[in-house]
Amino acid sequence: MSERYTDKEMMALAAGRLVKDGDVLFAGTGLSMLAATVARRVHAPRAVVFFETGGIDPSLEELPLAVADPRVMVGTAMNSGLIDAFSLLAHRRLNTIAFLGAAQIDPYGNINSTCLGDYHHPKVRFPGCGGACDAASLAAGVILFMQHDRRRFVEKVDYVSSVGWLTGGDSRRRAGLKRGGPIAVVTNLGVLRFDDESKRMYLAEHYPGVTPQEVAEHTGFALDIGRGQEAAPPSQRELDTLRQEVDPDRLILGPPPA
Amino acid sequence: MKVGEGLGDKLMSPGEAVGRLVKDGDLVALGGFTVSRNPMLLVREIIRQGIKDLHLAVHSQGQALDLLVGAGCVSRLELAYAGTGRFAPTAIRFRRAVEQGQLQVEDYSNQHMSLRFLAGALGLPFMPCRSGLGSDVLNKQGFDPGLRGQGHIPPHKAIVSQNPFSREEDPVVLLPALTPDVTLLHAQYVGDDGTVRIKGLTFLDLEQARAASRVIVSCEEIVPAAHLRADPDQNSLPPFLVDAVVHAPYGAHPTACPYFYDYDPRHLSLYRQQAQSDQAFGEYLRQWVMDLPGQEAYLAQVGIEDIMRIKANSVLGYAPGLDRR
Repeated sequence: MSERYTDKEMMALAAGRLVKDGDVLFAGTGLSMLAATVARRVHAPRAVVFFETGGIDPSLEELPLAVADPRVMVGTAMNSGLIDAFSLLAHRRLNTIAFLGAAQIDPYGNINSTCLGDYHHPKVRFPGCGGACDAASLAAGVILFMQHDRRRFVEKVDYVSSVGWLTGGDSRRRAGLKRGGPIAVVTNLGVLRFDDESKRMYLAEHYPGVTPQEVAEHTGFALDIGRGQEAAPPSQRELDTLRQEVDPDRLILGPPPA
Repeated sequence: MKVGEGLGDKLMSPGEAVGRLVKDGDLVALGGFTVSRNPMLLVREIIRQGIKDLHLAVHSQGQALDLLVGAGCVSRLELAYAGTGRFAPTAIRFRRAVEQGQLQVEDYSNQHMSLRFLAGALGLPFMPCRSGLGSDVLNKQGFDPGLRGQGHIPPHKAIVSQNPFSREEDPVVLLPALTPDVTLLHAQYVGDDGTVRIKGLTFLDLEQARAASRVIVSCEEIVPAAHLRADPDQNSLPPFLVDAVVHAPYGAHPTACPYFYDYDPRHLSLYRQQAQSDQAFGEYLRQWVMDLPGQEAYLAQVGIEDIMRIKANSVLGYAPGLDRR
């Protein structure tokens, strides 16, 4: 029997597997930091990480808890500021891949990190789009993290903080965005991708022990599950790297498997 | 010569700097970013002096923003993000104020705010970009339309226009410049001539300072100018852009000041608890802001144990092994 693992571990590893060697990763905090770090250590040693705050290719000996954490400023190729970071994000020579999370997502990967309910009288206010709007607009690709829940996967988000494929098809290009768009959504149940033509979300991978029907039941809009394959479970090397090297204090991973 | 003497009138106590340079209704920019180099000592002084009706402009701000909003000093806020990472994914008093309709808020992105300050610094009226096309950041207006064009509020939030250099359809976003009345920064070093040196990431501090009519810099140390001028590649701002220097050891606590101290996980957790209710937050304000006359009393209350716990390693810039749970 293979080793047990948690949802968060599987999410970090599933996202890490999407990183290609040589990618330039725009990372936030939380799971994106784990995904980027584990990818570098397992299969993409030439991938580099930078932060919107201006920390470029840090050593990440200790896990940062915020993008302004002093831990993103150590062992870097260079330390700079926001203007410099945004010039990397949009750089035409670089395959910049951004990791983003949100409170709500729609079938075309548009995300909301601003509010629930009416913008002027919100039921719940969130922090705001920060640099996610910029990454979603300007990066060469976006990988999204979401908890899989019908209230989060909704037909229409309450506020489009950061654009995905807008209304699908070529609407993103027509809006004036020259490149980019979401590549995948990594959840606690599986990995969703976007149809090449329609740009609508479909189930690409469900994790071991999760059925495609379960994924559909946890999604608040009609989801194509016909293309879903079972994801490979974490390898021992992936798990060891994640647990022993990347987040040994489990600051982001949280409690170990029961 | 005593250190700091060369600063002359620019060397001020927190009370003098805030009293002379921050007025009710001002457009104020806060430096730092979420958990790093927030100008906390200056913000506590603003609260103590009862300054009201501020219009804040920030990119991603955390603790300083939340304290000012919670203390009722802010009427209008232009921002990209309010939070302190894992300690408060959404800044708590900010969230409460917005949900209760106590604050006029306008959302932009970090790049938007960066370019708006850069435009202000360069003396330009606006700056173009492509970020946010198709999003509600551009489609929805937060400020009451009746306030547009009044005071510090530009007539338009942003304008989507055709790129004048392209023959093809090519929409670009035009963003109005920001020129704060006053920018508040916390730096590691200021020379006794006013030269500023920020270590670690500079975030947007330099653009925010260059765009402002007045600049207050609090700092960990005031050092001989010759020391900073011997290695000018490391310097951040020239003396003539700085209007007031406040000597403020631990002036960014509970946020981090790289190479001096880390963020204080215990204090940020305490804040998170106390910010949840109006009553407990009122108690926090009384205990940590109003009843403390100065930085020595504040630090005495933080206590030597936590001061030592967060002390940065002078090579790494943070406190390795700090318990951050």
